[in-house]
Amino acid sequence: MLREALAGRTIFLTGATGFLGTAIVEAVLRLLPETRVAVLIRPGRTATAQERLRRELLGNNCFDRLRAEWGRSTFDAQVAERVVLVEGDVGRDGLGLSPEGREVLAGAAIVVHSAATVSFDATLDAAVEINLLGPARVLEAYQAARASANEDPGHFVAISTAYVAGSRRGDAPETSLASQPHYPDVDWRREVEAARELRREAERRSRDPVQLARFRERARSELGAAGVALLAERTERLRRDWVHAHMVALGRSRAQSLGWPDAYAMTKALGERVLEERRGATPISIVRPSIIESSYQEPRPGWIRGFRMAEPIIISFARGLLREFPGSAETVVDVIPVDFVVGAVLSAAANPPSTIAYYHAASGTRNPLRYDAMVSLIRRYFGEHPLYDERGQAVAIPAWTYPARGEVERRLERRRRALRAALALLGRLPLRGEALSLQDDLVDVSDALERAHSYVELYGAYAECEALYATTKLAQLAARVEPSDGVVVDPALIDWEHFILDVHLPSVVEHARARTSPRRTPRRSREERLRAGLFRGRRLVVFDVENTLVAANVVDSFAYVATSAVGPWERAGLVASLLLEAPRLLRLDARDRSDFLRYFYRRYRDADPTELDRLAPKLMTGYLMRKAFPEGIARVRQHRAAGHITVGVTGALRWAVEPFRPLFDELICLDMPERDGRLSGMVPGTLPIGEARADVVRELAARFGIAQDDTVAYADSTSDLPMLEAAGTAVVVNPDVKLRALARRRGWLIEEWRRPQGFGRVVLPIGGDR
Amino acid sequence: MAHRPGFVLEVDRSTPPTLFWFGEGFRLERLPAGSRIVYPPDPLPAVRDVRAAVRHALTHPIDAEPLEAQLFPGMRLTIAFDDVSLPLPPMASPDVRSVVIEEVLELAASKGVEDVQLIAALALHRRMTEAELRHALGRRVYDALAPRGMITQHDAEDKANMVVVGHTEEGELVELNRRAVESDLLVYVNINLVAMDGGHKSVATGLASYDSIRFHHNVTTMVHSRSFMDRHNSQLHSSNWRMGRLIARSGVRIFQIETTLNTNTFPPAFRFLNRREWEWDLRDRASYVAVAESLRRTPPHLAREIFHRIRSPYGVTGVAAGEVEAVHDKTLERVFRQQLVPVEGQTDVLTMGLPFVGPYNVNSIMNPILVYCLGLGYLFNMYRGRPLVRRGGVVIMAHPTRPEFDPAFHPSYIDFFEQVLAGAPEPSGIEAKYGEGFARDPWYIHLYRTQHAYHGVHPFYMWYWGAHALDHLGGVIILGGNPAAARRLGFQAASTLDDALEMARSIVGPDPSITHLHSPPLVMADVSEGRAGA
Repeated sequence: MLREALAGRTIFLTGATGFLGTAIVEAVLRLLPETRVAVLIRPGRTATAQERLRRELLGNNCFDRLRAEWGRSTFDAQVAERVVLVEGDVGRDGLGLSPEGREVLAGAAIVVHSAATVSFDATLDAAVEINLLGPARVLEAYQAARASANEDPGHFVAISTAYVAGSRRGDAPETSLASQPHYPDVDWRREVEAARELRREAERRSRDPVQLARFRERARSELGAAGVALLAERTERLRRDWVHAHMVALGRSRAQSLGWPDAYAMTKALGERVLEERRGATPISIVRPSIIESSYQEPRPGWIRGFRMAEPIIISFARGLLREFPGSAETVVDVIPVDFVVGAVLSAAANPPSTIAYYHAASGTRNPLRYDAMVSLIRRYFGEHPLYDERGQAVAIPAWTYPARGEVERRLERRRRALRAALALLGRLPLRGEALSLQDDLVDVSDALERAHSYVELYGAYAECEALYATTKLAQLAARVEPSDGVVVDPALIDWEHFILDVHLPSVVEHARARTSPRRTPRRSREERLRAGLFRGRRLVVFDVENTLVAANVVDSFAYVATSAVGPWERAGLVASLLLEAPRLLRLDARDRSDFLRYFYRRYRDADPTELDRLAPKLMTGYLMRKAFPEGIARVRQHRAAGHITVGVTGALRWAVEPFRPLFDELICLDMPERDGRLSGMVPGTLPIGEARADVVRELAARFGIAQDDTVAYADSTSDLPMLEAAGTAVVVNPDVKLRALARRRGWLIEEWRRPQGFGRVVLPIGGDR
Repeated sequence: MAHRPGFVLEVDRSTPPTLFWFGEGFRLERLPAGSRIVYPPDPLPAVRDVRAAVRHALTHPIDAEPLEAQLFPGMRLTIAFDDVSLPLPPMASPDVRSVVIEEVLELAASKGVEDVQLIAALALHRRMTEAELRHALGRRVYDALAPRGMITQHDAEDKANMVVVGHTEEGELVELNRRAVESDLLVYVNINLVAMDGGHKSVATGLASYDSIRFHHNVTTMVHSRSFMDRHNSQLHSSNWRMGRLIARSGVRIFQIETTLNTNTFPPAFRFLNRREWEWDLRDRASYVAVAESLRRTPPHLAREIFHRIRSPYGVTGVAAGEVEAVHDKTLERVFRQQLVPVEGQTDVLTMGLPFVGPYNVNSIMNPILVYCLGLGYLFNMYRGRPLVRRGGVVIMAHPTRPEFDPAFHPSYIDFFEQVLAGAPEPSGIEAKYGEGFARDPWYIHLYRTQHAYHGVHPFYMWYWGAHALDHLGGVIILGGNPAAARRLGFQAASTLDDALEMARSIVGPDPSITHLHSPPLVMADVSEGRAGA
């Protein structure tokens, strides 16, 4: 029936690269040999629409079955003949179509509008633009194209969602929302206006000086003294994030005030209302799926695209991270395999109504799945097929308690607060190296908690939706489908136990790349791979010296030299004065390295350079060499042996670091000019600190003719972030709390180099012969 | 103190536990009954007036004119002296070198000699620190000469200040410090702590370039030095002697001054270390308990600092001056009188305790490679005739052998340990594969020349030093050693002496003869034929 009904027609499809869209294209190719599908694809920022078609749509494993059954050449020929690419954008009026595109649209007997922002945390204004105004925009373009080509009005199929019914209990019929008893009949135009207004308001508020100062403070506490450019970049990102979060929150609260779980459901509902208002003569079918999950049967059992709503929750549960999720045991969880939705969409497309029709693509009243039944199936599955942690132990799955949402949120919030306090405390301790593996664990747990919290926030309302979706119209549609059509529509065909245990969960686990065997993958392998990568090709390698190669800094060096030049009594006085000033120096250093260095170097004023030269070897042998990381020195030499160009960069004065010069091809340090044979205490020019180091990397790369991508930077602190970011490859050495967290997020190699063993910890850098 | 000769004790049930050195600490171990313990002779009586003895030696040299007669105005005089590797531990002030050099300088001044230069004969050792130079030369000499640039340290990589003296009949290159060669007189001031020191080796090695030294500091030479403490059976020494004679023939005038010390090695607080255990009186026992207990509570790096501050109250047993070979014969006689103990027959298992210091870690860490060298290079070779342990026998040496290194003094040792020893540590293979690379490494050369690092090739020499022992022995066990470090060296670690002996039995058989070398103080075994009773 389907094949004949749709033969010779073209289906114009939006949202083709989405989960449902992909499945629709595949089904058309497979089941409807006389039907063409035109896909509307927006050119990406880096990829053309053609590339996106090839990569994001046809490259998906959804088409593996067809490629295998038909052979590659037949497949390519079929695609060339039956898949029409139309460049355009549903966000623009008239869809941004070219004349040819408009022609294709005019020739389409059916439009399936599947494009939507399905992310449940879309901002209010984005949801309004895409979900609320989008369908009408496509419809209007369709009507205009048909009219100008003197075609009949055609048929418009809109994909909505079952949740337009709102978070209420009781039956949800397959009718217009306006005809339903509890529908809050708000004026969609006012909502659109309000959303746009709120966006302007949020943008304005985010630029308030007080607010901006707050962002800057946070950026500084995250990055430390990373330099103006990076701080500015981070501050701006924080501002944008704030606006985003604010708009998401506004959307959620507006939606919930009207009885919808979130802005997605609300804007979808209002989108339906707009269609009803604007439909004119065009017959419209509205298909309302519930939660779409992996396919039951076609194109193969368990096919899924993207990591969707229920999957991360399931995996978090199996990993033991999510211990509870709100919802009562008796609720019906409405999920529907994607091939049932495809079946419903194609059947609806083949059966245009005279005016407007509504279908629930949901298990609904026909084949309900209760929450506790689903949970017990999931528990059974992971009881038999546990996931494993990184130690190779099977993860025990928690007992499910069906708590209320508020309770779960309170508990999560308590744990989150405790963790945040612990992390903040860690951040203030001067910890480095192995001591910070504790931090790694805390960060991991904290990330997991944040995720759990976001799931509860995003989806909690859905688990509490107790509406029962009627499926009478769907059943009527299903009755017209013949077995030879090859589609499934009737949810009564679903065997939930089989679907969850044999189809869905194995697919989810595979998708999540979760650990399913106790075999331990060596944790070091990633680091070793990164390390080996450092030695590939011709490279420019820039090393920060202080605390990256040598566990010392300018203050140490000064203290050591100053104390070796004087007698024991003065030595004690000097040490005391430095200790007294230490907090001030540390504060200054944390704020701006250059200021700190300039301030500190005033101390060298009127020092005798020949005396310093005499003391330099003592400093080197007695202090610096013994505080150098042997692995660090070995690494520099290893790079040099590999033919790389190695450069040391330091804010230290020349006389102190001169002995290290032969270690590198080049050493960049500070010169202090002399006045009348004495040091001036001034360091002119730009200090090789902060952003200047990024320039150093760029200049050196240009000078030695090495591509920026082939540069490597080693550093230990966030003040070196500009250099680390500028280099092609970044390696952080014994990072502090902030840098460690950053490096882990960016996948940088983290080296823990140990001080030479066998020396006591030098608490105070005191020189001289004792 | 009446002088008693060395003594070999046979352990029986009444023998108290034996003291083993154990790095910066000690162990008391019970050796099985029937084991032998080789004790050094008591310290020889010291010369009462060292200064007078020095003057006497300078005015009555052997086979040479008195020093005074060799000095004349306008001449170039160079005084070379042994570096910080001698003696061990450092000598309490005044160091005998300072006494000798003061006397030489006074003579020179009285004869109107103005062009005087002092050179520390480092060979490939690290440069001495200012404090170490002050100690060795004495405050007076240092403060008078150093500011005028008259004290330098030999630099084996300074090709501009090197002269090729010639090649020996065996084709060995002799290349020496230019100032020393071009002086009218080269006075060499030595401390002959062990039999290996002194003689032609002083100049031919101490003032030579790396290119020259490598002709005798290599595996082949060291395997055929049996032992290098016995110069007549040591290829190391034959090579140095050939070089020394070439130097003499080429017209370099050397006035050799050699001094010998007795074995009065430890200050009163550590008196028990100089005594045989069954002779410990109440005070010795009390100070042993006090020292051992406080060391147990002290972190190793602090214990090391304490030990390295020990200054030994050595007595000078003699000063000889004049022609190199004649002087050295006299010196060896004195060294042997102080250190030699007749031992009858070899042993299956030789045990020894290794102290905190060897020639190359003064004021620094005894790293695993230096542990290896001290045990298998120095102590193993403290024999004359035949090794104390039989071929295929086992050495058990006690030392914590922590994998710790001093990056300032021993930078190339770290890489040697991490890179070279990670492969198979067989000496000749290592020499061929890595030796030159380390020797020519610019970074090591920079640190050797301008800082205070041993030459890059030095850890290889340490390894070659043990080549004869490795060739000779069936196994080496480090008692109390860090297992990973011991494995890296190619040995096994045992936590108790009983375990170590069990492991040794699996190599030498179930009922081995055991001999303990009770050192320091220094002792050298004169091993005769015949088999020790098991």
